[in-house]
Amino acid sequence: MRVSVQQEPFDLGAEANRFAAGDTGSGAIVTFTGVVRDLAQGDLDVMEIEHYPGMTEKAIAAIAEDARQRWSLADVLVIHRYGRLAPGDRIMMVATAARHRKDAFDAAEFLMDYLKSRAPFWKKEISGEGSDWVAAKDEDEAALDRW
Amino acid sequence: MDVLYFAWVRERIGIPKENVETDAATVADLVSELVAREERYAAAFADLSALRVALDQELSAFDAPLTGVREVAFFPPMTGG
Repeated sequence: MRVSVQQEPFDLGAEANRFAAGDTGSGAIVTFTGVVRDLAQGDLDVMEIEHYPGMTEKAIAAIAEDARQRWSLADVLVIHRYGRLAPGDRIMMVATAARHRKDAFDAAEFLMDYLKSRAPFWKKEISGEGSDWVAAKDEDEAALDRW
Repeated sequence: MDVLYFAWVRERIGIPKENVETDAATVADLVSELVAREERYAAAFADLSALRVALDQELSAFDAPLTGVREVAFFPPMTGG
Protein backbone atom coordinates (compact mmCIF):
# COMPACT_ATOMS: atom_id res chain seq x y z
CA MET A 1 0.00 0.00 0.00
CA ARG A 2 1.33 3.43 -0.88
CA VAL A 3 -0.13 6.84 -0.06
CA SER A 4 1.46 9.97 -1.51
CA VAL A 5 0.28 13.51 -0.83
CA GLN A 6 2.36 15.67 -3.10
CA GLN A 7 2.58 18.99 -4.87
CA GLU A 8 4.34 17.75 -7.99
CA PRO A 9 2.58 16.12 -10.96
CA PHE A 10 2.58 12.34 -11.34
CA ASP A 11 2.98 10.18 -14.43
CA LEU A 12 -0.21 8.12 -14.67
CA GLY A 13 1.29 5.45 -16.93
CA ALA A 14 4.49 5.09 -14.95
CA GLU A 15 2.56 4.88 -11.67
CA ALA A 16 0.16 2.27 -13.06
CA ASN A 17 3.06 0.21 -14.45
CA ARG A 18 4.98 0.38 -11.20
CA PHE A 19 1.85 -0.57 -9.26
CA ALA A 20 1.28 -3.63 -11.45
CA ALA A 21 4.90 -4.73 -11.70
CA GLY A 22 5.74 -8.13 -10.24
CA ASP A 23 2.20 -8.93 -9.15
CA THR A 24 1.28 -12.22 -10.80
CA GLY A 25 -1.52 -13.11 -8.38
CA SER A 26 -3.86 -10.28 -9.33
CA GLY A 27 -6.16 -10.74 -12.29
CA ALA A 28 -7.55 -7.22 -12.05
CA ILE A 29 -6.08 -3.76 -11.68
CA VAL A 30 -8.42 -0.78 -11.59
CA THR A 31 -7.15 2.78 -11.79
CA PHE A 32 -9.13 5.98 -11.42
CA THR A 33 -7.77 9.43 -12.19
CA GLY A 34 -9.30 12.72 -11.08
CA VAL A 35 -8.72 15.69 -13.40
CA VAL A 36 -9.21 19.43 -12.89
CA ARG A 37 -12.43 20.26 -14.75
CA ASP A 38 -12.87 23.67 -16.34
CA LEU A 39 -15.84 25.80 -15.30
CA ALA A 40 -18.99 25.70 -17.47
CA GLN A 41 -18.03 29.06 -18.96
CA GLY A 42 -14.53 27.77 -19.65
CA ASP A 43 -12.54 30.40 -17.77
CA LEU A 44 -10.97 28.55 -14.85
CA ASP A 45 -7.43 29.84 -14.35
CA VAL A 46 -6.33 27.89 -11.31
CA MET A 47 -7.67 25.29 -8.95
CA GLU A 48 -5.97 25.74 -5.62
CA ILE A 49 -6.02 22.69 -3.38
CA GLU A 50 -5.37 23.15 0.32
CA HIS A 51 -4.89 20.27 2.72
CA TYR A 52 -4.16 19.51 6.36
CA PRO A 53 -0.59 18.16 6.49
CA GLY A 54 -0.40 15.26 8.92
CA MET A 55 -4.12 14.56 9.06
CA THR A 56 -4.33 14.08 5.29
CA GLU A 57 -1.85 11.22 5.19
CA LYS A 58 -3.41 9.56 8.24
CA ALA A 59 -6.97 9.91 6.94
CA ILE A 60 -6.07 8.43 3.54
CA ALA A 61 -4.14 5.56 5.11
CA ALA A 62 -7.15 4.79 7.35
CA ILE A 63 -9.51 4.82 4.33
CA ALA A 64 -7.17 2.53 2.37
CA GLU A 65 -6.86 0.19 5.36
CA ASP A 66 -10.66 0.11 5.65
CA ALA A 67 -10.85 -0.88 1.96
CA ARG A 68 -8.38 -3.71 2.58
CA GLN A 69 -10.57 -4.99 5.41
CA ARG A 70 -13.70 -4.96 3.25
CA TRP A 71 -12.35 -6.45 0.03
CA SER A 72 -9.71 -8.95 -0.90
CA LEU A 73 -7.01 -6.67 -2.30
CA ALA A 74 -3.40 -7.39 -3.18
CA ASP A 75 -2.45 -3.72 -3.11
CA VAL A 76 -3.74 -0.14 -2.97
CA LEU A 77 -2.20 3.09 -4.27
CA VAL A 78 -3.46 6.61 -3.57
CA ILE A 79 -1.76 9.73 -4.93
CA HIS A 80 -3.35 13.11 -4.22
CA ARG A 81 -1.90 16.48 -5.18
CA TYR A 82 -2.24 19.86 -3.52
CA GLY A 83 -1.22 23.37 -4.55
CA ARG A 84 -2.08 25.27 -7.71
CA LEU A 85 -3.39 23.21 -10.62
CA ALA A 86 -4.68 24.15 -14.08
CA PRO A 87 -7.66 22.76 -16.04
CA GLY A 88 -6.73 19.35 -17.44
CA ASP A 89 -4.13 18.69 -14.74
CA ARG A 90 -4.41 15.40 -12.92
CA ILE A 91 -5.37 15.91 -9.28
CA MET A 92 -5.25 12.40 -7.96
CA MET A 93 -5.30 8.71 -8.73
CA VAL A 94 -6.23 5.51 -6.98
CA ALA A 95 -5.26 2.02 -8.05
CA THR A 96 -6.45 -1.28 -6.65
CA ALA A 97 -5.22 -4.78 -7.41
CA ALA A 98 -7.24 -7.91 -6.69
CA ARG A 99 -7.61 -11.48 -7.89
CA HIS A 100 -11.00 -10.62 -9.40
CA ARG A 101 -12.32 -7.41 -10.89
CA LYS A 102 -15.34 -6.89 -8.65
CA ASP A 103 -13.17 -6.42 -5.58
CA ALA A 104 -10.89 -4.04 -7.49
CA PHE A 105 -13.77 -1.95 -8.91
CA ASP A 106 -15.76 -1.80 -5.68
CA ALA A 107 -12.72 -0.91 -3.58
CA ALA A 108 -11.74 1.85 -6.04
CA GLU A 109 -15.25 3.34 -5.84
CA PHE A 110 -15.22 3.11 -2.07
CA LEU A 111 -11.83 4.85 -1.94
CA MET A 112 -13.09 7.64 -4.19
CA ASP A 113 -16.29 8.16 -2.20
CA TYR A 114 -14.36 8.40 1.07
CA LEU A 115 -11.50 10.51 -0.29
CA LYS A 116 -14.07 13.00 -1.55
CA SER A 117 -15.74 13.57 1.82
CA ARG A 118 -13.30 12.33 4.48
CA ALA A 119 -9.82 13.34 3.34
CA PRO A 120 -9.02 16.90 4.45
CA PHE A 121 -8.66 18.67 1.12
CA TRP A 122 -10.41 21.87 0.05
CA LYS A 123 -10.61 23.18 -3.50
CA LYS A 124 -10.79 26.79 -4.56
CA GLU A 125 -11.63 27.77 -8.12
CA ILE A 126 -9.95 30.94 -9.31
CA SER A 127 -11.18 32.54 -12.55
CA GLY A 128 -11.40 35.98 -14.12
CA GLU A 129 -14.67 36.39 -12.20
CA GLY A 130 -13.00 35.92 -8.81
CA SER A 131 -12.51 32.95 -6.55
CA ASP A 132 -14.87 30.46 -4.93
CA TRP A 133 -14.38 27.59 -2.54
CA VAL A 134 -15.93 24.44 -3.99
CA ALA A 135 -18.83 23.44 -1.74
CA ALA A 136 -19.28 19.85 -0.65
CA LYS A 137 -22.34 18.26 -2.21
CA ASP A 138 -25.07 16.48 -0.24
CA GLU A 139 -24.90 13.64 -2.76
CA ASP A 140 -21.22 13.11 -1.96
CA GLU A 141 -22.06 12.67 1.72
CA ALA A 142 -25.02 10.44 0.81
CA ALA A 143 -22.71 8.29 -1.34
CA LEU A 144 -21.02 7.05 1.84
CA ASP A 145 -24.24 5.40 3.00
CA ARG A 146 -24.06 2.70 0.35
CA TRP A 147 -20.96 1.17 1.93
CA MET B 1 -3.50 24.18 22.56
CA ASP B 2 -2.92 24.77 18.88
CA VAL B 3 -5.99 25.83 16.93
CA LEU B 4 -5.85 25.49 13.13
CA TYR B 5 -8.13 26.92 10.47
CA PHE B 6 -8.49 25.80 6.87
CA ALA B 7 -10.09 27.05 3.64
CA TRP B 8 -12.68 29.82 4.10
CA VAL B 9 -12.52 29.48 7.89
CA ARG B 10 -8.83 30.45 7.65
CA GLU B 11 -9.67 33.31 5.33
CA ARG B 12 -12.41 34.71 7.59
CA ILE B 13 -10.30 34.50 10.73
CA GLY B 14 -7.24 35.73 8.88
CA ILE B 15 -4.65 33.30 10.26
CA PRO B 16 -3.91 29.60 9.66
CA LYS B 17 -2.96 28.73 13.22
CA GLU B 18 -2.77 30.15 16.73
CA ASN B 19 -2.02 29.02 20.23
CA VAL B 20 -5.00 29.40 22.54
CA GLU B 21 -4.90 29.27 26.32
CA THR B 22 -8.25 27.88 27.37
CA ASP B 23 -10.06 25.90 30.03
CA ALA B 24 -12.92 25.12 27.66
CA ALA B 25 -14.39 21.71 28.45
CA THR B 26 -15.73 20.97 24.98
CA VAL B 27 -15.24 22.08 21.39
CA ALA B 28 -18.49 24.06 21.62
CA ASP B 29 -17.16 25.89 24.69
CA LEU B 30 -13.96 26.75 22.82
CA VAL B 31 -16.03 28.07 19.90
CA SER B 32 -18.03 30.26 22.32
CA GLU B 33 -14.81 31.69 23.73
CA LEU B 34 -13.44 32.45 20.27
CA VAL B 35 -16.71 33.98 19.07
CA ALA B 36 -16.77 36.30 22.08
CA ARG B 37 -13.31 37.59 21.17
CA GLU B 38 -13.80 39.37 17.87
CA GLU B 39 -16.20 39.77 15.00
CA ARG B 40 -14.03 37.77 12.57
CA TYR B 41 -14.45 34.68 14.76
CA ALA B 42 -18.19 35.27 15.00
CA ALA B 43 -18.27 35.46 11.19
CA ALA B 44 -16.34 32.21 10.80
CA PHE B 45 -18.41 30.29 13.36
CA ALA B 46 -21.82 31.75 12.49
CA ASP B 47 -23.17 28.41 11.22
CA LEU B 48 -21.66 25.38 12.93
CA SER B 49 -23.58 23.03 10.65
CA ALA B 50 -21.31 24.31 7.84
CA LEU B 51 -18.19 23.38 9.80
CA ARG B 52 -16.28 20.29 10.76
CA VAL B 53 -13.82 19.83 13.61
CA ALA B 54 -10.84 17.54 14.06
CA LEU B 55 -9.21 16.81 17.43
CA ASP B 56 -5.58 15.73 17.19
CA GLN B 57 -6.15 15.11 13.47
CA GLU B 58 -9.21 12.87 13.88
CA LEU B 59 -12.67 14.01 12.81
CA SER B 60 -14.76 14.72 15.88
CA ALA B 61 -17.90 16.53 17.03
CA PHE B 62 -18.67 19.91 18.57
CA ASP B 63 -19.86 18.33 21.82
CA ALA B 64 -16.62 16.35 22.23
CA PRO B 65 -14.49 16.99 25.33
CA LEU B 66 -11.12 18.72 24.95
CA THR B 67 -9.42 16.81 27.76
CA GLY B 68 -5.86 15.99 26.71
CA VAL B 69 -6.34 17.44 23.23
CA ARG B 70 -3.32 19.29 21.82
CA GLU B 71 -4.54 20.27 18.35
CA VAL B 72 -7.99 21.44 17.28
CA ALA B 73 -8.77 22.19 13.64
CA PHE B 74 -11.84 23.86 12.16
CA PHE B 75 -12.71 23.63 8.48
CA PRO B 76 -15.59 23.37 6.01
CA PRO B 77 -16.78 19.98 4.71
CA MET B 78 -13.97 18.39 2.76
CA THR B 79 -13.80 18.35 -1.03
CA GLY B 80 -11.12 15.85 -1.93
CA GLY B 81 -10.91 13.50 -4.89
